[in-house]
Amino acid sequence: MATILVVDDSASMRQMVEFTLKEAGHQVMVAEDGQVALNLAQGASADLVITDVNMPNMDGITLIKELRALPTYKFTPILTLTTESTTEKKMEGKGAGATGWIVKPFNPEKLLATVNKVLG
Amino acid sequence: MAIDIGQFVQTFFEESLEGLDVMEAGLLALQPGAADLEQINTIFRAAHSIKGGSGTFGFREVTGFTHVMETLLDQMRNGRLEVTGEAVNTLLESVDCLREMLVTLREKADIDEARVEELRTQLEQLLKQNEPAVGSAAPVAPSPQPPVSLQTAASPKQPAPDIPGWRIAFRPHPDLMHRGNDPVRIFRELSALGELTTLPDYRRLPSLADLKPEDCYLSWELELRGDASREAVAEVFAWVEDECDLRIEPLTESVSADEPELLTSSDLPEPPAPSEPSAASKPPAPSEPPKARVSAEEAQQGELVRERRKSAERRTSMAAADSSSIRVSIDKVDAVINLVGELITTQSMLSALGVDFEMGRLDKLHEALDQLDRNTRDLQEHVMRIRMLPVGSVFNRFPRIVHDVSEKLGKLVELRISGEQTEIDKTVIEKIGDPLVHLVRNSLDHGLEPPEERLRQGKPETGNIMLDAYHKSGSIFIEVSDDGRGLDREALLRKGLESGLLKPSEEYSDEQVYDLIFHPGLSTAKQISDVSGRGVGMDVVRRNIQDVGGNIQIASQAGFGTKITICLPLTLAILDGQLVTVGQDCYIIPLLSIIESVQARPEMINRVAGRSEVLRFRGQHLPIMRLYELFSAKGAVTDLQKGLLVVVEADGRQIGLFVDDLLGQQQVSIKSLEKNFRRVAGVAGATILGDGRVGLILDISGLVRINNTVL
Repeated sequence: MATILVVDDSASMRQMVEFTLKEAGHQVMVAEDGQVALNLAQGASADLVITDVNMPNMDGITLIKELRALPTYKFTPILTLTTESTTEKKMEGKGAGATGWIVKPFNPEKLLATVNKVLG
Repeated sequence: MAIDIGQFVQTFFEESLEGLDVMEAGLLALQPGAADLEQINTIFRAAHSIKGGSGTFGFREVTGFTHVMETLLDQMRNGRLEVTGEAVNTLLESVDCLREMLVTLREKADIDEARVEELRTQLEQLLKQNEPAVGSAAPVAPSPQPPVSLQTAASPKQPAPDIPGWRIAFRPHPDLMHRGNDPVRIFRELSALGELTTLPDYRRLPSLADLKPEDCYLSWELELRGDASREAVAEVFAWVEDECDLRIEPLTESVSADEPELLTSSDLPEPPAPSEPSAASKPPAPSEPPKARVSAEEAQQGELVRERRKSAERRTSMAAADSSSIRVSIDKVDAVINLVGELITTQSMLSALGVDFEMGRLDKLHEALDQLDRNTRDLQEHVMRIRMLPVGSVFNRFPRIVHDVSEKLGKLVELRISGEQTEIDKTVIEKIGDPLVHLVRNSLDHGLEPPEERLRQGKPETGNIMLDAYHKSGSIFIEVSDDGRGLDREALLRKGLESGLLKPSEEYSDEQVYDLIFHPGLSTAKQISDVSGRGVGMDVVRRNIQDVGGNIQIASQAGFGTKITICLPLTLAILDGQLVTVGQDCYIIPLLSIIESVQARPEMINRVAGRSEVLRFRGQHLPIMRLYELFSAKGAVTDLQKGLLVVVEADGRQIGLFVDDLLGQQQVSIKSLEKNFRRVAGVAGATILGDGRVGLILDISGLVRINNTVL
């Protein structure tokens, strides 16, 4: 069981990811944009961060950079949710310090498989 | 674990439809040529979210379509594509199309693929126009479906039944762990694919003094035995591809002799020699998209498709107005919860009083009952407020309508909206959308003059249309006004005389003349346009407004404009009623429709043509309707002098309703009779009375109609 921070501006995506992860026994914190997520992250530690890239207020790329600057998030796995399977888009996240990515669309099984890849 | 994602689909539809509104508003605000970057970004994000969600929830058609929109928006965002009026219009049309698709999908119906295809082609053309300027730097994804697979490495497909496994040379860059990756986890992944042996290489390890604890100095020689494909192995390393030197090669029992030279990450995408050249370029999406098939059949189905499109449009407008859930601000819910708390306090107070009640504590009881009364009223008010939506949700669609219609008519129009925060009951909001659209279109088409004509009259070139909403004395007022040419009194008067609605001998007030526009079949528009002017509509507008218990008024001044004011009740769920008795039963008459109640004296009653009776009332003769006859009530008062006559008005006609007696006035909540029983002429609904009995609420305009048919 792990604590996972999920960041996405789409409510349905948040609900889906949150539900899936909770069903698998994880603790989930959700945030609707990078700024909210960063505030959450400053107050609590997470074992994994899953973040969307395109979001209002603070986008995922900025969030990753900010998180990596926090001592508690220096080595925390951070996965980006991306709709693009182009290398360019994936690398954008990696350049900012992301661990990996999950390509949308994904189903709950794939999400859990990917999450398990970076936990523990 | 099987997880049903169906439960989130509704949220997806809601947020996507909201996203479309955001896109629409954003597109309308875009200035071609001088577009605000943040604005484009907002539109892009909305499209992006819809694309992501639709993919997850399996709406491939939506994903494919949004993908093209998104690509276009992305290029605008990056300044690679100019924001032109044409592009904005195509995107606006695409928003409409997407909205239709979503609504159709929500109803589990078939999508109008022809239209989708048509718009997609338009969007792609916009992208193509741009292509020469962009060169090959901005590849437009040619496949309608974004690839579904998680990772398709550049490595070629290689069937591997004969090889015993893979030899992997893995040399992480020192900073591999700085991005949260960990060789241990990678090995764990690998070991799930087969039997893994790891051989660490410590040669890069520095002396302890130079060792940075956060860096990775080890390299590994890995052997994976099993039938895993090269893709599967490559996928394990996908995230660290450019953070390590990696070499994956088939395991052969004899190969151990030559030391494999490590590739650097830049070499990786180059497929090794023994590859099938076609495999690498093959798109990963395996299933053929359904669109291809449709376009082939399109020619024969043209007619059918067009038909379907029409019905889809109808459905869209219906469904858009009739959403089944509302979003309530947390404040409103908190207020209700607070009030429930107070109610509970009062209730416990009353219970305590009831335990050992004595007459000496009567004051206390009254006090508690007063409080209960107050609590219930507050609670009712606040619960009603939950159903209230800002009228802005209706006003929102007007910038788009004004944009489209004014362009079509070649008029310059500025739309001013105020009071959009005014809240109205959801049921009322749903009913006034269409009438308002009609009024605004009328203003655009008939009210406002073309720019040249305005200039000739010394008015500013740009015409104004104002939408305003406000609360006044327990009602909601919505005004639609323009500074156009105003109603043509003479033309209306002429029409009225021609059609026989007005008599040449009489003088008519402005109000009476303007009222003519609500008569079916009267239109003064000199030429019929496809925007409005066929003389159908204003009568429907008035009927719709009256259906929700409202009324509509016109003020106009030639040369200065027209103002139409709609007055609406705050809610449809609660009604101020007058309770009356007829025989054993209790009926409710809507208080608003009551003019007066009188006890008839013999000289006030006249009999016309034998049976029907009229009441002489303030110089008029009003038909009398005996409610006990209508409802076959037993034991009712039948002598007109012994009961009471309630004079009510509906649709401009008054009648006298004969009842036994008046009881109190009170607010009643309206329950649908239709839903629980069936429709009954002359009855608007039912309510539960204080003593638990059912009371019927009279439908005054229904009664007036019954009276007309009887006569």
